[in-house]
Amino acid sequence: MTEWNVGRGLDAGTDIDSLTEIRLRIAASPHLRTAHSTPRIMWNVVGSLVPILAVAIYYFGPSALLVIAAATFGSVLTERLFGKKRSTADGSAVITGLLLGLILPPGFPLWMAFLGGMFGVGFGKLIFGGLGQNVFNPALLGRAFLQAAFPLAITTWPVQPDSWWSLRGDNFALPLMSPSAPDVVTGATPLGLMKFEGLSTSTLDLMIGSTGGSIGETAGLLILVCGGYLALRKYLDWRIPLSIFLTVFVFSGGLWLLGPDRFPNPVFMLFSGGLMLGAMYMATDMVTSPVTAAGSWVFGIGVGLLVVLIRVWGGLPEGVMYAILFMNALVPFINRATQPRVFGQTRRKPKGAEA
Amino acid sequence: MLGSNTFRHGVHPPETKHLTEKLPVRRMPFPEEIVLPLRQHAGKPATLLVKVGDRVERGDKIAEADGFVSVPIHASAAGTVKDIRLCPHPDGSMAESVVIAVDRFSPQVPRPRIVPNWAGLGPKQVVEEVQKGGVVGLGGAAFPTHVKLLPPDDFPVHTLIINGAECEPYLTTDHRTMVEYPERVQFGIRIMMKALGVERAVIGIEKNKPDAIARLTETLPEDLDVSVLPLTVKYPQGAEKMLIKVVTGREVPSGKLPMHVGVVVQNVGSIACIGEIFETGYPLIERVVTVTGPGVRRPSNLLVPVGTRLRDVLEFCDGLTEDAVQIVFGGPMMGAAQPDLDTPLIKGTTGVVVLTNKEARSVERYPCIHCGRCLESCPVFLNPSLLGTLAETGRYEEMEASNLMDCMLCGCCSYVCPSHIPLSQMFALGKNMLRKRQAVA
Repeated sequence: MTEWNVGRGLDAGTDIDSLTEIRLRIAASPHLRTAHSTPRIMWNVVGSLVPILAVAIYYFGPSALLVIAAATFGSVLTERLFGKKRSTADGSAVITGLLLGLILPPGFPLWMAFLGGMFGVGFGKLIFGGLGQNVFNPALLGRAFLQAAFPLAITTWPVQPDSWWSLRGDNFALPLMSPSAPDVVTGATPLGLMKFEGLSTSTLDLMIGSTGGSIGETAGLLILVCGGYLALRKYLDWRIPLSIFLTVFVFSGGLWLLGPDRFPNPVFMLFSGGLMLGAMYMATDMVTSPVTAAGSWVFGIGVGLLVVLIRVWGGLPEGVMYAILFMNALVPFINRATQPRVFGQTRRKPKGAEA
Repeated sequence: MLGSNTFRHGVHPPETKHLTEKLPVRRMPFPEEIVLPLRQHAGKPATLLVKVGDRVERGDKIAEADGFVSVPIHASAAGTVKDIRLCPHPDGSMAESVVIAVDRFSPQVPRPRIVPNWAGLGPKQVVEEVQKGGVVGLGGAAFPTHVKLLPPDDFPVHTLIINGAECEPYLTTDHRTMVEYPERVQFGIRIMMKALGVERAVIGIEKNKPDAIARLTETLPEDLDVSVLPLTVKYPQGAEKMLIKVVTGREVPSGKLPMHVGVVVQNVGSIACIGEIFETGYPLIERVVTVTGPGVRRPSNLLVPVGTRLRDVLEFCDGLTEDAVQIVFGGPMMGAAQPDLDTPLIKGTTGVVVLTNKEARSVERYPCIHCGRCLESCPVFLNPSLLGTLAETGRYEEMEASNLMDCMLCGCCSYVCPSHIPLSQMFALGKNMLRKRQAVA
């Protein structure tokens, strides 16, 4: 217990002038804040990607490292040149670059990956006004651009080479030159095999990632763990991946029950292609997903339905990218439609304006 | 209630009450000068009764209530009226104030007065006595207490809720009041229940004050339906609407008052103050104030004469540490930072919190990334993210359409925002702008 001495204040010689010398800071309440910050969220996402990057490099060798580095260099350079002052420090451009690298094929020419990174950040984000203002996920927009511009290169999948050190394709193709790709086209992704040849891949292979596919999309279980970490730390909204998984599982499960020989089984659907990475890291991009809790469920269900629709009935083997981009476009409407009921009001107010 | 004694959303700032929660309330010596602003309550300022040179005794009325939504001001120390001038006010403005040079040799005993016999008074007379005593909400809002005791006939009140939640971090004012003056609190409740004609009273206390819960439970009257309700520790549990939701399960309709759901809420300090009026007859001339925070050398719970200057209070608490940077009147979540050490502590000042660079850090602002944390923290379920975007471009009418007026400025959204956007500041501005525009129109 404190010793009580009424006169102590003055006897102790508290210098009243020292009080006035203190520059009192004026600010609006609240005067306390959480330790969270936007860069901290971003860099945590980057940190959680490290194991995924490591496994990608383990599976796809130096090619994976090169492609990821090229995409990241492209996006960070663009942010640095055209972004706001010091905006590279917030880490968002690094995330865009890393994610873009992870959803490209390992044998992808580096100059294309670089270009994709530039496009993603430049036209996916900065043109809207920088961080927080963009409608579409920049990494996915970068990939959509690459898919439109280089349809052949982006669907060229390598066969497993003899040595870990050998490149998985013509990474060093010169700009504006077609990559030389005589043999590697024969390799294929589980989804491609399923779609065009009706072959399934073992579930275990899908989960641990020892299959063909984009650099960072194959190790489903690992992505689940890394994303789960972010969800636990509340750096991503768990509702979005959960609703995507549930929707895909239920929808494709229903189809599978109708015709097990015609449709892939739901576990295959969950762990193949870009679904894990997309659901955990791209659909959950805070900027381009709904802010309301109800909206997150709507968004996730929408993505899940579109993924199955595109994979089963669309012309492409994979649909995660377009599913997320399409739902990104709907986010403002979802936000408006899912405004929570205000405390003390009996009905929702739909007339409220929405940004 | 369904077993959970709390509301939806809200935040969990560090409680930091350990600095003062065990310290008994001590009376502070009278300072040399007292500064009494005429505006210490919501409503009309009091009208002046004294002139420079007048001798006043402790407890004498120096300003009269101006109308019903107003209360008188009493001298909190005996002395001479030295000056009547504009002095810094805790709200940041300069306000007309009575400066009293305290008589060093006065025994500071108020004039003997007739203690009203509460048992013989009707509700109207109790309300009158409460107004005469200058009682305002001591939880910070400083709304004249007696106004809430006369609900119109078309809104029958069935429950009196006593707010002992004290959800603001650092503050232990209500906590110590409950621990040290439980009988006075119970006496105040008895009078209030009689004045309001209610059958039931509930004392809401956050669970981080087990000693207060125990003391009030021990002293519960046997002939009245009064109960203690332990509440989950969460900010802003002490907000009127949140507390009513927990106790009655009902939401106060948007734009309406607690009486619309048959409830009157009073802060536990105000209740104790009413108890004192009917015990001693003394008006509100001093109050319990927590002086705390890492920036003050000797954190204390003090009984401070209303109108004591910040400088004197800090000096009594051995001054500030080297790294103190910010002084807040009230709690750190909703309190106001003070620029001037000559500002007096007034009736509504619950605490003085001195923060250092560590807590009150200046932070870089980033763009909104729509993470949705503000929506998940808002206790009235607004969309602060959207409101913030609208505020930046001054679209106040659209903010109103998005229910800005339901915002109670609790600060949860600003507290959680990872981009450090001063949301509640923008909303306070927006609400002011809208009120001004409505006044002009």
